[in-house]
Amino acid sequence: MVDKRKVRIMVAKPGLDGHDRGARIIARAYRDAGFEVVYTGLHQTPEEIVESAIQEDVDMIGLSSLAGAHKYLFPRVLELLREKGAEDIVVCGGGIFPDEDIEMLKKAGVKELFTPGSSLEEIVRWVKINVKLR
Amino acid sequence: MSLTFNKKIFDDIDKSHRKWRDELDRAFESKPERLERFSTVSDREINAIYSPADVKDQSFAKDIGFPGEYPFTRGVQPSMYRGRLWTMRMFAGLGSAKDTNRRFHHLVNEGQTGLSTAFDMPTLMGYDTDSPKARGECGKCGVAIDTLQDMEDLFEGLPVDMITTSMTINPPAAMIWAMYIAMAEKRGIDRSVIGGTIQNDMLKEFIAQKTFMCPPAPSVRVVTDTVEFGTKEVPRWNTISISGYHIREAGSTAVQELAFTLADGIAYTQAAIDRGLDVDQFAPRFSFFFNSHLDFFEEIAKFRAARRMWARIMKDRFGAKDPRSWWLRFHTQTAGCSLTAQQPYNNVVRTALEALAAVLGGTQSLHTNSLDEVLALPSEESATIALRTQQIIAEESGVTNTLDPLGGSYFVEALTNQMEEEAFEIIHKVDDMGGMLAAIERNYPQQAIADAAYHYQRQVDDKQKTVVGVNKYATEEKISLELLEINEELERLQIEKVNRIKNDRDNKKVKYCLDELAEACAGKRNVMEPLVEGAKAYVTLQESCDVFRQVFGEYRDPGIY
Repeated sequence: MVDKRKVRIMVAKPGLDGHDRGARIIARAYRDAGFEVVYTGLHQTPEEIVESAIQEDVDMIGLSSLAGAHKYLFPRVLELLREKGAEDIVVCGGGIFPDEDIEMLKKAGVKELFTPGSSLEEIVRWVKINVKLR
Repeated sequence: MSLTFNKKIFDDIDKSHRKWRDELDRAFESKPERLERFSTVSDREINAIYSPADVKDQSFAKDIGFPGEYPFTRGVQPSMYRGRLWTMRMFAGLGSAKDTNRRFHHLVNEGQTGLSTAFDMPTLMGYDTDSPKARGECGKCGVAIDTLQDMEDLFEGLPVDMITTSMTINPPAAMIWAMYIAMAEKRGIDRSVIGGTIQNDMLKEFIAQKTFMCPPAPSVRVVTDTVEFGTKEVPRWNTISISGYHIREAGSTAVQELAFTLADGIAYTQAAIDRGLDVDQFAPRFSFFFNSHLDFFEEIAKFRAARRMWARIMKDRFGAKDPRSWWLRFHTQTAGCSLTAQQPYNNVVRTALEALAAVLGGTQSLHTNSLDEVLALPSEESATIALRTQQIIAEESGVTNTLDPLGGSYFVEALTNQMEEEAFEIIHKVDDMGGMLAAIERNYPQQAIADAAYHYQRQVDDKQKTVVGVNKYATEEKISLELLEINEELERLQIEKVNRIKNDRDNKKVKYCLDELAEACAGKRNVMEPLVEGAKAYVTLQESCDVFRQVFGEYRDPGIY
């Protein structure tokens, strides 16, 4: 039997927002669930995120934003992924998003958005169902 | 032996306590207690009842006393709220300086007694709106300030010689403060009469809030410059608001909030003493900022313990002699992290309970969160409800009739003692590491907070901790709120504004000011005077911050989890 590698996830904090409690908890939960996790740390530009996602060969990017700049930052990450031919990397998001923004972000290609109150179990289960090895 | 009760009385109490406990245990044999373990939001186990046995080593005179008396367990002023209510200070900032100025006028008209400014992310991080790093962020979580012109627009028509202003700003605190001083001086108001607070607490940024610019050591040097400048030039200004709020929001326990905040205070005090300042000259202008979370009694005990600990630290550790140096004066904000997006009207009740705890804990000033703050910047209506919450506590509930009403409660006193003891243990650990800068380098506070946050989230997921409307009593029904939206046009307009100013100003003067600033940074001269001169010449926020970045270097998040 061929050794199956683990799903690799990048947890990323785009923009200037410093709220990292959620991102760090999610990174731990993914790790505890058996995924390989890369956490970018804070204050990343969309360019830096996409570049390291490709370099690290991840299957999914989880973007976290809690200060209102998601409407620019998330679509920009997806745009850059397409430019680099890496649109098969699944992108999901977590944070505070008004309902209209959720619609807009999904249209832009964000596969799922998790808002406050989502359980860790639910967030982990979503990866197991929706993220395949690239 | 008890210091409050004599031995005979104490023995009798002990005997009846044991008898009560035995009877209770027998009753629980047939029908057990509702929970296996009763604990606070910080997972501290709480006993079924408290009695004199739990405070037997406490002395009324040494540990409790009266308000306005060392060690100030019951309040810093002798009169507390019978003399003057706390300052109702609502944190506000949205969109442009003009938008925020309108909100300030509204709040003052509604009875608010102090101003508090929220800045947008680029301002908080020391970038102008026209920086590529600022794309999409202008005005989103506060007001955008690029130059003195924005500061002038922000305070237009507000009597800055009469009203005090708090500004939540950290890495560029010195720049923003310089702009405020320049704004006042341009109106003919002397810097010696203006009053207010800059948060200016960089240590907790590395620990928790994570807006940083330069590495920890030069950051503390600049903070010390502001302390020195304030002491000599702006005597009514609180130069640092030593903050536990963000430590708690990042997921710490109540005791960790208490310990890390006071440990930060110790580091700033030591740095100013090392600069050659006399402790009684600057310490009275240090203020504090705590979170008020949902666990009612634990929070009240935390505030009481904080006051007593700081008094002891200042007197015993630093030898301060002026009683004002012993005072821990603090602002409180209700816990943003306790609010839920689900069933948002419940947030009004949570905030009211948290505000009540802050008042019973003796706060000097209070911000109450708005019910929609979990989703967006507060609307005018929801901010008004939050302010009314404070007014109801102050003027309807009757809790302000007497001072420290919970003083002497066996439970609250026992909890106060226990939290003091545990927090001092953590402070000693930080001391053993070589102080807070060294502890931060070892990621000790960061890791401890991340552990506590993860532990709590697991407890919520396992339903050991209840969050009403989220993991219990959840409903499918969607409640939609009218949320405040920031105009997307704003970014373009603000970029035009800063560019216009850059064109119109005297750029030779700007260059001179920036050179002066660079020289001060590289040497030992205080950075404040060059910053005030620069502000008056319309040097932008980022231009000054770039000088800091060049001279001191930039700090990058180590990204631990």
